[in-house]
Amino acid sequence: MSLKIVREPINKYMQKIPLGLIHIIPERCKECGYCIDLCPKDVLEVGDERNIKGYRWPRVADGKAAECIACRMCEWICPEFAIFIVEADRREYV
Amino acid sequence: MGQKVVLRERIVDESPRDDLIRRERFPHIWCPGCGLGTVLKCYVEAIAASNIPPDKHVIVSGIGCTGRIAGYVRLDSYHVTHGRPIAFAEGMKIVRPDLEVTVISGDGDLVTIGGNHFIHAVRRNVDINVFLVNNFIYGMTGNQMGSTTPLGAKSSTSPYGCPEPPFNLPLLAAALGAPFVARWTTLHVRQLADAMKRAMNVKGFAFIEIISPCPVGFGSYNDLRDGRDYIKLFLENCIVDHSADLNKVGITLKPGEPIILGNFIDREAPTYHDLELEVFKKAGWLK
Repeated sequence: MSLKIVREPINKYMQKIPLGLIHIIPERCKECGYCIDLCPKDVLEVGDERNIKGYRWPRVADGKAAECIACRMCEWICPEFAIFIVEADRREYV
Repeated sequence: MGQKVVLRERIVDESPRDDLIRRERFPHIWCPGCGLGTVLKCYVEAIAASNIPPDKHVIVSGIGCTGRIAGYVRLDSYHVTHGRPIAFAEGMKIVRPDLEVTVISGDGDLVTIGGNHFIHAVRRNVDINVFLVNNFIYGMTGNQMGSTTPLGAKSSTSPYGCPEPPFNLPLLAAALGAPFVARWTTLHVRQLADAMKRAMNVKGFAFIEIISPCPVGFGSYNDLRDGRDYIKLFLENCIVDHSADLNKVGITLKPGEPIILGNFIDREAPTYHDLELEVFKKAGWLK
């Protein structure tokens, strides 16, 4: 049994991949790195700027912003409620 | 089509879940990499998803790092003496059966110091939810070994390895007849929030053991010095098996030995409230 013999859904090309807009609250970040490590698309990276406690909050890596698929793993795993995703229509931005 | 904008992160100063947390107290006091913030997030999401209004939810917590959770939730929250949150919650649920009482506390608080309250609450089957956050150690008091420290794990009071076998908490709760028993880690966020939501709707004692990273306390003695080491450990060793044999789900944390997760038990059992009403009827106190 291989997956190749299974018929492709006829509406496969009509499916929309959601786009996530990344929102960050820098003052809450503690640089644990969970959002960066667990992002399936490697959208985030460690930033340069530091917040008032000296932690470097994450930023979107160069040219990766459109790759966010709004899986919300960063939002769920963040222990500080410091990052969240707002889902948007991909056609308006990309 | 709207104008194309350059996509990058947006800096804001409040999150959409700020209605259920006390945002003026954030950032919280827990260490970077601690799993307790994730437990708080899952609890808040479970409250939002449960069909119970937030003013019917009550949270009780004891002493310890985990006990701080009650201070960060915008609910009626009670922070009680060491080891006694279950006793407090039982009393509250018996007097006010309309409330949804949740106990979130640590392993040292609930099963080591408050062990007797735990076993008798499960035996009575009082309709409360107990979310036990297990970090394998007494974190706040200085990383001493406790009743959940795995055999051979190091801590400040067992520098050559813990000589005692630990509790197998899902087996303990199931053996006493708990209607809902689950175990998840802080990595399995969606499953944990679903289990919490289910626990809030279960009639009877719902028990969830949450395995949480403690990179500064337990981790510094056991080569898990960063939260990322714990994530790696969970990704490599966790197995989800809802029908696992509970005799074999004890945690050893040895390489190659799995950590078995799942919603192990979901059954119906008469609660303390039902049995109490029957007695009241028999005694003639209720018409």
